[in-house]
Amino acid sequence: MARTTSRWWLYAILSVLLLLVMTPFIWMVLGSLKTQGELLKVPPTWIPENPTLDNFARLFQRLPFGQFFRTSVIVAVVVTGANLIFCSMLGYALAHLRFPGKRIVFGAVLGTLMIPGLVTFIPQFVLVVNMGLADTLPALFLPFLAGPFGVFLMRQFFLGTPRDLLEAGRLDGASELGIFFRIFLPLATPAMATLGILTFLGSWNNFLWPLVVSSSEKTYTLPVALALVSTGQNQTDYGLLLAGACVVVLPIVLVFLFFQRYFIEGVASTGIK
Amino acid sequence: MSTAASVERKPRPRSKIGNASEARAGLILAVPFLLLFALFTLWPVFQSMFMSFTDTRVTDIRTPFSVNFVGFQNYAKALADPVFRRAALNTGVFVVVGVPLTIAAGLAAAVALDKGITRFRGVFRVGFYTPVITSIVAVAVVWRFLLQPDSGLVNTVLGLVGIDGPNWLGDTRTSLLSLIIMATWRNFGTGMIIFLAGLQSVPWNLHEAASLDGASSWQRFWNITLPLLRPTLLFVLVTTTIGYLQFFEEPFVMTQGGPLNSTISASMYTYNQFGFGNYGVAGAMAYMTFLVIVVVTIIQFRLTREK
Repeated sequence: MARTTSRWWLYAILSVLLLLVMTPFIWMVLGSLKTQGELLKVPPTWIPENPTLDNFARLFQRLPFGQFFRTSVIVAVVVTGANLIFCSMLGYALAHLRFPGKRIVFGAVLGTLMIPGLVTFIPQFVLVVNMGLADTLPALFLPFLAGPFGVFLMRQFFLGTPRDLLEAGRLDGASELGIFFRIFLPLATPAMATLGILTFLGSWNNFLWPLVVSSSEKTYTLPVALALVSTGQNQTDYGLLLAGACVVVLPIVLVFLFFQRYFIEGVASTGIK
Repeated sequence: MSTAASVERKPRPRSKIGNASEARAGLILAVPFLLLFALFTLWPVFQSMFMSFTDTRVTDIRTPFSVNFVGFQNYAKALADPVFRRAALNTGVFVVVGVPLTIAAGLAAAVALDKGITRFRGVFRVGFYTPVITSIVAVAVVWRFLLQPDSGLVNTVLGLVGIDGPNWLGDTRTSLLSLIIMATWRNFGTGMIIFLAGLQSVPWNLHEAASLDGASSWQRFWNITLPLLRPTLLFVLVTTTIGYLQFFEEPFVMTQGGPLNSTISASMYTYNQFGFGNYGVAGAMAYMTFLVIVVVTIIQFRLTREK
């Protein structure tokens, strides 16, 4: 087909750009396998002379990085699960059902999409402290269980599902909730995959909130732990820091590679990462 | 975006019983979200506004309503603060330089991947998008090494071609620029993906016809692709601007706002006020950012509206 004309020079330019874009990641992974001596070399080396996993070993010995990893996973899973359930429920109601206050609810949810995070940040902090939850696991996920973005995404999806299914379900005598859970929810798998991945990603990389509400190792997430390592007494231990960066980045990149089709579709359809 | 109108369609006549059970189901499905949303989002939005008109400090955290009203004093205090003005200026520069750069990079990548090549599209797409999904903390660790003045990779490469690279993050002349480049690297993938979706709606036969008429590929991009991409472009413009107006994490993890406040942003200074315990002032600053976001968004919609 003549639809696309391929040019070799475009491949060349794109390949150089790809290399440039990926350089920080390549350098991170290669650097994490180098010794401190090699990392301090001028000019810097690319390929590790004596590849070693020593940096990773020290990382997990010095600090409970396994535990930080677990905390990050728990928070991300809880936040993702809650958003999938609550957002699809409200998104469906907003798309297909009529109920009192619907317009106000939609307006309020959409209106908060544009509000900067810092506007709600301090009151959320005050709230969590007054609930006696400072430096606990629930404090890490409570403010993120019901995000307006998810409602927007799920409503957009359900608007595209045929209303006839609803009428058909009613004629068959199914209950209103049964229609949602048995007919519409199974249809929503692609949208939920998108929302789930985007939410998981956001939670995994979330930095400011956990930094503020966590004050001990028992509630540190991976980004917080890495930030504290990189500003603390280990800040010149470059191998340790690069190993830490790998531990934060590589799991999410693997998840991304696995689910990238949904990522791309989801971002394309909603425009928000 | 385009589906909002379909909600307002004429309701079909339905039996009264059907309506009641439908309304009940709607409420049941809405309530769990709304409870959490009201407590953790809506309530904070209003409390923050209340706080911005009071002298709330960290010591009032247990008794948030036993504070004094001070009117617009916090707003006046913020506007008179030279550091806040500097932060607002930096944020402005970041937006004015960073937004066009990010959009141009995203658009160029999307057009190249959409029409220019046939193979390995997925590889390039995933590669260009990877910076978007990575933690800023990890990114900061790596970029700080890359940008080191003497032994960093960037200056080593520049040295190979005879350029004496600057102290990127340590020099007030290059520090903000470094963060803008880093933010572009980190965010252009989002624009690229949205543009790729938008390009699917540009009909190929228009290009073919114009090509037969002797239009160059640049003319075709300018006269066919770009006008048809207008809604997508507006969307990317608005969301990128909203994001960049809240520019925070880059200076927070890379430079702590320095050197000499050359990279401090409005959001970062707001956060610092929170750290100092000045909750009222921080609330006022956060609301000013919100106000700027609303105004800028309205202007962008007006300027790019179809004639």
